[in-house]
Amino acid sequence: MSQTTTPAIAKIQSDIAVNPVMLFMKGNALFPQCGFSARVVQILTHLGVKFHTANVLEDAELRDGIKSFSQWPTIPQLYVGGEFVGGCDIVTEMYQSGELETLLAEKGIAHAPAA
Amino acid sequence: MTDRRTRIEATLRERFAPVLVSVTDDSAQHAGHAGAAPGGQTHFSALVVSDAFVGTTRVARSRAAHDALAAEFAGGLHALALTLRTPDEHGAVTKR
Repeated sequence: MSQTTTPAIAKIQSDIAVNPVMLFMKGNALFPQCGFSARVVQILTHLGVKFHTANVLEDAELRDGIKSFSQWPTIPQLYVGGEFVGGCDIVTEMYQSGELETLLAEKGIAHAPAA
Repeated sequence: MTDRRTRIEATLRERFAPVLVSVTDDSAQHAGHAGAAPGGQTHFSALVVSDAFVGTTRVARSRAAHDALAAEFAGGLHALALTLRTPDEHGAVTKR
């Protein structure tokens, strides 16, 4: 992927490097402003995993930047261990199949799913 | 002008030669929120069952669909929920 490193891209690279579970979403974890973002927050919360969020609605450069950085046209976007996992559909499927927990375990990320 | 649902379905059919394809316009459920346009045709969901997905990752499947539909995203398509399965995967899910 060749792309110019804008301040927004640099921030994205730093966010996914520093935060093991990083969610780019609309709104924030307390007040998601899109049903798809809300669903991913709900899944991560249910898995008892600590995650950070960035609100693309507050920053047009971030919103465009994350789409080009991930080569993915929609929000939300989840990164685990610095790697792109997917959007709402993929996260939901991986949660339902148990793969998301497996991924967290593989990356050594603490989580405590509600019974 | 054909509607976007028809175009999405035709594009997916052409790209993946699916054994099953189904596209739904969910725009009405999202009316009034950011990204929804007054004329609708912004939010869709699609199920595609195709041999083209055998041996590929979820992300790769979605990227292929996004790529095929790039013109629609550029032209106002805001959200597309994708369920992309191989025939075997689809069989396993629907039998459960």
